[in-house]
Amino acid sequence: MVIAQSAVLAAEFPPSVEDFYLPSILPWGAENNYWFTKITVLVWVAVAAIIVYFLASYRKPQLVPTKKQWLAESIYGFVRNNIAVDMIGPRGVAFAPYLTTLFMFILVNNFFGIVPFVQISPNSHIAFPAILAVISYVMFIYVGVRHHGFVKYFKHALIPPAPWFILPLLIPIEFFSNFLVRPFSLAVRLFANMFAGHMLLLVFTLGGFAMISANVALAPVSVLSWVLTIALTFLEFLVICLQAYVFTVLTASYVQGALADEH
Amino acid sequence: MINTFVVLAEAATKETEHNPIQPIWQELVVGSVAFAVLCFVLIKFVFPQMEKTFQARVDAIEGGIKRAEAAQAEANELLEQYRAQLAEARTEAARIRDEARADAEGIRQDVLAKAREESDRIIAAGNEQLAAQRESIVRELRSEVGTLAVDLAGKIVGEALADEARTRGTVERFIADLDTAGTAGGR
Repeated sequence: MVIAQSAVLAAEFPPSVEDFYLPSILPWGAENNYWFTKITVLVWVAVAAIIVYFLASYRKPQLVPTKKQWLAESIYGFVRNNIAVDMIGPRGVAFAPYLTTLFMFILVNNFFGIVPFVQISPNSHIAFPAILAVISYVMFIYVGVRHHGFVKYFKHALIPPAPWFILPLLIPIEFFSNFLVRPFSLAVRLFANMFAGHMLLLVFTLGGFAMISANVALAPVSVLSWVLTIALTFLEFLVICLQAYVFTVLTASYVQGALADEH
Repeated sequence: MINTFVVLAEAATKETEHNPIQPIWQELVVGSVAFAVLCFVLIKFVFPQMEKTFQARVDAIEGGIKRAEAAQAEANELLEQYRAQLAEARTEAARIRDEARADAEGIRQDVLAKAREESDRIIAAGNEQLAAQRESIVRELRSEVGTLAVDLAGKIVGEALADEARTRGTVERFIADLDTAGTAGGR
């Protein structure tokens, strides 16, 4: 009996990639059916929460804001002034709405990673970061082409001001870094952070259970493990905010690079 | 232990099933739609509203400053105007005072002159009246003295002087003598 139980718990212990792929909710329990899972539900909840929050707090905007209105405004004002305008310049105001939407979407979805009883972020599935990265990618290329014209933009993006004999080396590097790596680095950075965060919390939580069930004498270590889980949750909070910020800033920076007139 | 291996093995086979770096297409669809909805609502309804509010706020502040400046300018203008009016009023008052003083002086002179004239006239009239009274008294006295003297002389002489004309002449002469004697003696 004890052996069987410990076996089950131990089996749970080294958390695997499979822990990220939860069974479907509708139809209940189905494997490999992804239309209606905890992850997709969380995405919809995030979208609904953001929409409801902004619409509710900005229903009747006033010149002298109420507390709620002020909070909603300062979220937008933060992205608008500290990311869009700081990175892109006065033209950045036009991008502020998208960047704020992006920021809020990532932030709330990331935040699910540390909400008690939810504790998994949709962004730990690469599909969602990938969508956002592709949008950023398409956006900065489109903006660049519209601003400079097709040929001029690619010239501007690919040919750095360098002596001619080094160009055969630089152009492939520029192409690789600007047009191949950027979307991947954006998507993978966010995905990997959320994935690793979830994995860490799993390791420390399940590790505690694994130790206490393997040997009762290890109980203090288990408790330590769970305390560390709480500590790591705070660390995760930092990572969550930072990654949302980084994703938004990098998108703004790519747009700025596409709009820039000089290198 | 065997159980553990079985479960682990199962996990291992499952692991090959899911590649975390490979996006699930259903999630791509769901994510795209969800994010599109979010973008649509926020970009269309919320953030333009915020920009408008920011703009309105800027306008309100700038408008307030402008209004304050305009009010300040107007106040300064009014102040200048009042100062000018005050100065004007002061000079006007001074002028009126001077005029009044001059008028008063004139009136005083007039009154003085009139009073002097009146007093002169009164004095002159008094003098004249005195002279006339003196004249009449003298005349009265003269005739009275005449009759008294004649009566006296008649009584003394005891006879009436028949010829009045002669008598009158005598009396006139007598009085003239008296007069000349009187004036010569008095001076």
